[in-house]
Amino acid sequence: MEAKIGFRTATSLIFKGVIILFAFAIAIPLIVILFYIIRQGVTQVNWTFLSHVPAPVGEKGGGVLNALAGSFILVLMSSVIAIPVGMMAGIYLSENPKTRLAYYAGLCVDILQGVPSIVMGIVVYFWIVKPLGTFSAISGSVALAIMMLPIIIRSTEQTLKMLPDSLKEAALSLGVPYHKVILKVIVPCGFAGILSGITLSIARVIGETAPLLFTAFGNPYVSGHIARPMESLPHLIFTYATSPYDDWHNLAWGASFILLMFVLVLNIVTKVITRKWKVQL
Amino acid sequence: MESTIVSAENINAYYGDNHAIKNVNIKINRNEVVAMMGPSGCGKTTFLRCINRMHELIPNARAEGVMKLDGEDVYKMNAIYVRSKIGMVFQRPNPFPNLSIYENVIAGYLLNGISLPKAEKDVIVEKSLTSAALWKEVKDSLHKKGTFLSGGQQQRLCIARAIAMKPEVILFDEPTSALDPISTSSVEALFHELKANYTLIIVTHNMQQAARVSDRTAFFYLGELVEFDDTKIMFTNPKDQRTQNYITGRFS
Repeated sequence: MEAKIGFRTATSLIFKGVIILFAFAIAIPLIVILFYIIRQGVTQVNWTFLSHVPAPVGEKGGGVLNALAGSFILVLMSSVIAIPVGMMAGIYLSENPKTRLAYYAGLCVDILQGVPSIVMGIVVYFWIVKPLGTFSAISGSVALAIMMLPIIIRSTEQTLKMLPDSLKEAALSLGVPYHKVILKVIVPCGFAGILSGITLSIARVIGETAPLLFTAFGNPYVSGHIARPMESLPHLIFTYATSPYDDWHNLAWGASFILLMFVLVLNIVTKVITRKWKVQL
Repeated sequence: MESTIVSAENINAYYGDNHAIKNVNIKINRNEVVAMMGPSGCGKTTFLRCINRMHELIPNARAEGVMKLDGEDVYKMNAIYVRSKIGMVFQRPNPFPNLSIYENVIAGYLLNGISLPKAEKDVIVEKSLTSAALWKEVKDSLHKKGTFLSGGQQQRLCIARAIAMKPEVILFDEPTSALDPISTSSVEALFHELKANYTLIIVTHNMQQAARVSDRTAFFYLGELVEFDDTKIMFTNPKDQRTQNYITGRFS
């Protein structure tokens, strides 16, 4: 009997050890990626790198300013499109969960989330690039915005659903009209959750290459023209990493490093937002 | 001379097919405290919500009949106007967690986009908090969030928030059921003070509370208004057998 108990305790310990081991193991890929990219990329990053456009093959120097500015503009424009639409749809879903529209809208959101990003790029190519006859930043932004939507919609919906109905009742009982109840009470109370959804969606799309391949395309120069092709960090990494030149490989490493830092910072910001701005109910 | 402020004529309320309020007629006088008691599910809260049209927020709920405030039909008025005239305090304290104590008091104005001069806001905040017997406790922390207060303080903050809108009637939906005994007694003490300026209608499942705080008491059972009389008479010499059974604890 006692031997059996000993055996059981031992297996319990082993099991516990195994799950702890795997909990550590999930950090390994991240650490390896970070280590590799930092080692390759950090040496590339300097002021010239941040303030110049890529140099032609064979010339020293050159940077990724065109991609930095492009990524910034693309993400800004896609946020401007996706945030209002996503928040409104999320509010509808949380306010009217039982309607047929909510059911189908929810279904669409789930399907949209599963659409491969390259497909999104092709669709936007046929929607916008072909009719306009040119690759453009605006088409890239639309593709990214569609990718942001499901995350923003679901995070808004989930956050608002967590808020007690008593809040809404309190506001309505003061004679506050419905739209103000939503905009001035419900949304501010769920602001931390909504905002973290937004930052997560930005972190998600800033590294997307596929939808930009046939939309924003790329541009070796800094461009602010939204109806013209625009460079972006992931697209620059894609083109330069697949090129046969070492100088360009180095540019790609540096750009990867910047992109990675950006995503890391966004994730940390999200964590801080949810902790600091969370409304005490 | 007593004057009627709220009068319900043949009020019937339904949740889908469920007939929750059956032909209720009641007249409530200005500056009186009316308690509504009855077992769970008897329709007292539903009836209370019919007074300021909060029942409309519940899907499938509808009310028929005539509900008058100062002689005017509530169901023909704008719901937003009705709710500014008839304040409401809920079962659980529900201050706005994103607003400070100060902002919570004037939330009715803030959220409606009515801008008042700072001096006027200060006066409203102090007066309302004083009426709600909360001023002394919070006057040094007006700009802290309302949710940091204790449950009883939060409930008094919600009362102050209702008072700030200068309503004529304040509805209380089991206002002390989520509070501890000390907070309960502080809220009950408040009812006596508020009576001077407002008409209070209090739903309670606590008979002792009804006896302590109200001038008149209504007894609801299975959606009907069984009896409505002076509180003393209701508790000493009720006319209806069902009332008698209820207050003697034969059912609850």
